Amino acid sequence: MTEPTLLSGRGLNLNFGELSALANVDVDLWPGEILAIVGESGSGKTTLLNVLSGRTAPDSGMVWYRDPSGHLHDVHAMPAPSLRTLHRSDWGFVHQDPRQNLRMGVSAGGNVGERLMAQGVRHYGAIRSAALDWLAQVEIDENRIDDLPRTFSGGMLQRLQIARTLVTHPRLVFMDEPTGGLDVSVQARLLDLIRSLVTRLNIAVVLVTHDIAVARLLAHRIAVMQRGRIVETGLTDQVLDDPRHPYTQLLVSSVLNA
Amino acid sequence: MTIMLSTRALVKSFTLHLRGGLKMPVLSGIDLDIRAGECVVLSGPSGAGKSTLMRSLYGNYRAESGSILVRHSGKMIDIASADPRAILAVRHETLGYVSQFLRVVPRVSALDVVAEVLLARGIDQDIARDRARNLLLKLNIPARLHGIPPATFSGGEQQRVNLARGFIAGHPILLLDEPTASLDAENRAVVIEMVREAKARGTAIVAICHDADVRDAIADRLFAMSPYQDAA
Amino acid sequence: MKGYNFAYLDEQTKRMIRRGLLKAVAIPGHQMPLPYGWGTGGIQVTASILGADDVLKVIDQGADDTTNAVSIRRFFAGTAGVATTTATSEATVIQTRHRIPERQLREDQIIVYQVPQPEPLFRLEPSRVETKRMHGLADYGLMHVKLYEDIARFGQVSISYDYPVMVNHRYLMSPSPIPAFDNPKMDMMPALQLFGAGREKRIYAIPPWTRVKSLDFDDHPFRTINAPHPCGLCGATDSYLDEVVIDNRGSRLFVCSDTDHCAERRAAGHVGAQGFQEAAE
Repeated sequence: MTEPTLLSGRGLNLNFGELSALANVDVDLWPGEILAIVGESGSGKTTLLNVLSGRTAPDSGMVWYRDPSGHLHDVHAMPAPSLRTLHRSDWGFVHQDPRQNLRMGVSAGGNVGERLMAQGVRHYGAIRSAALDWLAQVEIDENRIDDLPRTFSGGMLQRLQIARTLVTHPRLVFMDEPTGGLDVSVQARLLDLIRSLVTRLNIAVVLVTHDIAVARLLAHRIAVMQRGRIVETGLTDQVLDDPRHPYTQLLVSSVLNA
Repeated sequence: MTIMLSTRALVKSFTLHLRGGLKMPVLSGIDLDIRAGECVVLSGPSGAGKSTLMRSLYGNYRAESGSILVRHSGKMIDIASADPRAILAVRHETLGYVSQFLRVVPRVSALDVVAEVLLARGIDQDIARDRARNLLLKLNIPARLHGIPPATFSGGEQQRVNLARGFIAGHPILLLDEPTASLDAENRAVVIEMVREAKARGTAIVAICHDADVRDAIADRLFAMSPYQDAA
Repeated sequence: MKGYNFAYLDEQTKRMIRRGLLKAVAIPGHQMPLPYGWGTGGIQVTASILGADDVLKVIDQGADDTTNAVSIRRFFAGTAGVATTTATSEATVIQTRHRIPERQLREDQIIVYQVPQPEPLFRLEPSRVETKRMHGLADYGLMHVKLYEDIARFGQVSISYDYPVMVNHRYLMSPSPIPAFDNPKMDMMPALQLFGAGREKRIYAIPPWTRVKSLDFDDHPFRTINAPHPCGLCGATDSYLDEVVIDNRGSRLFVCSDTDHCAERRAAGHVGAQGFQEAAE
């Protein structure tokens, strides 16, 4: 495989006291691909996401990111300002709870426009147009642009978070259970939205989920985690239709509708 | 004619860890060559491994040993040992697969399910939808159904959407798993015609087909398979 | 007053404050921690910089004659023995609360502002840790979000005093609760500007001739609005006015908030429509 990766982790280890949260984990992510990290609670999948995104430092191992000009950056050796800039421009992070990433006291338009303003956009009209455009893309009625998120449903909040995250066209988005806690019909809409936006904008995604059906629908490749280790990895259809590791077989057979 | 797909000593078994590690061998050393413009139908009783072979050719099932060579962009790529990204590239460009059942994606209309394949190849949205529309009409999916997600379609309708999706990109190699299983006579005839047209374009086809009439109409030869025999 | 050090504060404290001031001048607009002290930050800053030859003016909302202004002026006259004045042109140090004098200040002058809340992001971000990080990384999107919200809701920015500014293209700063009308005076001011926030224990500074730009959007630029009336006493049309109720019937008079400026204009012969009312003041 000669195509360079967008993000790579090698030899990642992290212990919380006695507990081995990550044990010798290697991960690769290529541009434009969706990688699902699947596992049950305690598998280490969220820890891995936090280590890959620079939010939590590993005990050992490295994470590299390749920027648009092709330079490699050691994510955990970057100065804090650079990492923060990265999170505000090239990268995005979609939280399971959208309230963690939204300003509930700021209008929908202000929430969507903030990253633009943080990047130095100083034209009110342009910011408002971009916000309207993105609200439409995430299927929020444009008349809600001046409404506070307090008045939004769970699904709408999540879609608003996605608009707020994608407005700066990041190349890489980390998603932590983006459909967690939502009703099934709301999930379906959200998944379809994520699928089409990410495909159209050629965004690479690291998606953490415990829900195999979500991985099946969205991901090109899947990594299965158990107790801090990646036990199996491959194309989504390979791993789900032809599971080889005992844990993967257990996981797949446990789902009612894999 | 050029060999488009070739397996050598292909072995595939399943280890059921949930059943105490029970090993189930299915394919025991398959050698198969498919040429451009020909249609080879896998034949044999249930349990012979026809579906397993087909999924292995697609890279869906991972081979235990042996090789699966696919002519991709002028070179032979071994699916059995290729990394996941390479397999995706082969599936995108070269190797198409029409499964037995349409995997339903919520909220995407029948038209877009088919057009997506062309959009992914960079084809203009209007042109992609036009072609999708025409193919769906050819398969007797009326226009009033095009804008509706296929979840509510009948089995036969879903299969026809699946077929449209499989045929539209014009892959040089096509794998067809029971392409006419839920179809009536009229639509069976349409599919037979589509297979003939594909063959005429040089497409290499591997098919599983229980319907004797359809098999006779599309097969250039049969590849006989039998269930794995224990050595003992 | 006997028994007190010059300007009341001991030399150690003054030295500490001056050190803080020097650092503040070196990083225009950046908040420095104020070493321990007491009372208002304005007094502490003034106390640290006063020299025996200085001439001190103290104004409160533009006026030299409010109780606070008078008290502070007397305090320094007593503890430092410095000369005091109400004339802006004669002062070398001007301590102010809530206004900048109308008369343009000179390079040999220092203006000291009293600041209740030095953090411009105070109402938007409750976490001090977070605002510190934002200043460190020049991450000021949130402030623009506030302006955006105002325009979306009211059609214009609704901040009328303590209007946030960018200093030297780098730090977001609170100019203290001066009216937005006064902000342009800060830009490229020839005088040194010092800010003391006693309660919050912060000092900051703007060196002379520094760019100070009020935050705005390209298509909603910052504008000051002149009052629709001239000063009733001196006729000035471009000074900041106070509205004064002058009798029991509720009659109003608009007069310059900067008392010295108004007096100077009248002394030069300018008379406003209600100029004859002066005797009643």
